[in-house]
Amino acid sequence: MISFGPTEEQEVVREAMREFAAKAIRPIARECDEKSELPEAFLQASFELGLTATQLPEAYGGGGEPRSPVTNAIVLEELAHGDATLALAAVTPSLFAFAIADLGTEEQKRSHLPAFCGSRPHVASLALMEPGPTFDVSSLRTLAEPKGDGYVLSGSKRFVPLGLRASHFLVLARGANGDSGLGAYVVPRDAQGLRVTGPEKSLGLRALGTASLELERVEVPAEARLGGAGAVDVRRLVNASRAALAAAMTGVARAVLEYAVPYAKDRVAFGEAIARKQTIAFTLADMRIETDAMRWLAWRAAADLEYGRDATRSAQQARGYTAEACMKIADDGVQVLGGHGYIREHPVEMWYRNARTLGVLEGAATL
Amino acid sequence: MIDFEPTPNDRKILDQVRREALVARSYARHYDENEHEFPPDELPQAKDFPNVFALFAGRGKDDTGMGLMSMLVSAGQTWGDYSVRMRRGKGGLGNAALRAAGTPPQQQKWGHLTLAMAITEPGCGSDPSMVQMSAVLDPATDEWVLNGEKIFVTTGCRAEGVVVWATLDKSAGRAGIKSFLVEKGTPGFVVAHKEKKLGIRADDTAAYVFRDCRIPRGNLLGGDESIPKQGSGGFRGVMKTFNMTRPAVAAIGLGIAQAALDFTREQLEQAGVSLEYGTGLHGLSAAAQKLLRLEALQEAAMLTVLRAAWLSDQGQRNNTESSIAKAKGGAAVREITQGCIEILGPMGVSRDFLLEKWFRDVRITDIYEGTGQIQRLIIARDVLGYSSSELR
Repeated sequence: MISFGPTEEQEVVREAMREFAAKAIRPIARECDEKSELPEAFLQASFELGLTATQLPEAYGGGGEPRSPVTNAIVLEELAHGDATLALAAVTPSLFAFAIADLGTEEQKRSHLPAFCGSRPHVASLALMEPGPTFDVSSLRTLAEPKGDGYVLSGSKRFVPLGLRASHFLVLARGANGDSGLGAYVVPRDAQGLRVTGPEKSLGLRALGTASLELERVEVPAEARLGGAGAVDVRRLVNASRAALAAAMTGVARAVLEYAVPYAKDRVAFGEAIARKQTIAFTLADMRIETDAMRWLAWRAAADLEYGRDATRSAQQARGYTAEACMKIADDGVQVLGGHGYIREHPVEMWYRNARTLGVLEGAATL
Repeated sequence: MIDFEPTPNDRKILDQVRREALVARSYARHYDENEHEFPPDELPQAKDFPNVFALFAGRGKDDTGMGLMSMLVSAGQTWGDYSVRMRRGKGGLGNAALRAAGTPPQQQKWGHLTLAMAITEPGCGSDPSMVQMSAVLDPATDEWVLNGEKIFVTTGCRAEGVVVWATLDKSAGRAGIKSFLVEKGTPGFVVAHKEKKLGIRADDTAAYVFRDCRIPRGNLLGGDESIPKQGSGGFRGVMKTFNMTRPAVAAIGLGIAQAALDFTREQLEQAGVSLEYGTGLHGLSAAAQKLLRLEALQEAAMLTVLRAAWLSDQGQRNNTESSIAKAKGGAAVREITQGCIEILGPMGVSRDFLLEKWFRDVRITDIYEGTGQIQRLIIARDVLGYSSSELR
């Protein structure tokens, strides 16, 4: 059935996230960006939202709520409306935990999931991106070679969120020696041959504490491969992350629009508010049009994931379209504010940097 | 529950619409090249096709809402051709206006007729408050006397009657505008000609002349003859007609754009160009990248249409969302059909194929039922909380 109606529960979640974003995210976003630092207190506060634990199975100490990519899309839009960096930080542990919960073996679930259901924040992360131009998920350079009962991982990873705080990484790599499929491998922080450096210095998402990983012949046992020896559909992880990013970018776009509107109504030029000039008013109308389109694309990809349909196409469309639209809206936001859009007193310049950075996460899905 | 997948019952309808559209498409070129002809009300193949509307019975509450389905059906039909239908449904824009503005007895009296809607004049389009056509009451006979010209009247030749906008008092602006029902055959009402157009040539687009055309006093829709000092009077009610027709126009355009995308994809695949989702874009040709980009744009635009219709199905206000659908759809279909021609080159402009026709047909989408600019004005007013006098 085609329906745009969130459940009552999703409405409640949306309200709660909106409130959290307004009270606990937006007010600290600028300072986090300026210091390139994520406060420990924020990790604790976002942990208490239960974004990860509530959707993990009760058997491992979780809340047992059904895994819902659609709910997550709604959550991410609201959190990213507060600030994209802090939103991504809040959901980073779930990138790892949900991958284990959805695709992991019983043994992997037992050894990794309970840590996310304790009373303190637990951080693990996803290592996907790689250095070098034309990075693409479908042509990873990081290799997983079979050796004995296990694998040897070699390669470099970049932009691993909360990388310096993570206890484990889920490293995406392609197989070697005839095993060409994409795989994901759990690598502990203290693995032999793994070097974690950072925080990386970036254009945007500065407080995300991203790390670089160098994997020099890191040996992991067979049990480290997500889902065990049998191939699991790692592309599902990529699709889920694309849908989530699309939702986050919708939140950023909405933030820009909602900031630009009161500014344009207040700013007077040539005797009237600039909002009363069609050139500005139409720019704002376009922001509204695109923000809507972005949200529905994100929801559609999330719904495909939720109901177990192949989301390759819808997630790529959502991710590609929203990346472009978000950049355009942030760009127009700076332009509407003029000189004030360029000044760090207003958040728009930060959103402009964040939009460009969000758009390259996961490489060239940009359509 | 949020989802975007049609149910099996929805599919039955859409599959049937697709089968009919394929037949309709085989007539598309003929009626494009023979502008003076009208496609028949029923195609010869109709005897082999059960009436698609029979499939609308037996739908449950778990099936997609009717307003939303009507968008998918419209898009499915124009995927075949803009004008040709297996069976032409009765009713025109004027019927929607009658439902929105007519009294129950008026709806009873004229609801069975196919009604066109005549707004645009040689000197007024997007700003209907400029309407020059006049309606003057003759108290001696209790009749309205209509004088003026109307152009671009959709279904104008075929219609059995028309809802026409005329002013009781030019100095009153929008407040003086009322809508009247005029039946075909009324003395003084002449269908002057069928318009000659860039595209949608098989479509029935007429020009009307009214010269001392007399109609009964009761033909004023809604029956309110007063001219309010403040506000826009009945004008707002008439504008409500557009809340479902705007997304419908976008859906019509997007059906054509989808045809262009499908044709382009098919041609590229036959030429051995890889178009797969899930492979990295850096590994794709420029033509493939462009097509995937246009396919995403199509989806984005269609979703805004479905959203506007869904709101209406829920009984919620969809004023702004209707304009969003229309603005997004109107711009998207231009970019998509222009882009498909660019991808296919000579094949795109050849009249041996339908792509060049789709490019012409779809261009009207961003013009009629309010141009993209008018839609942006409406959206901007909502976003800014401005009235129509604060943002003009």
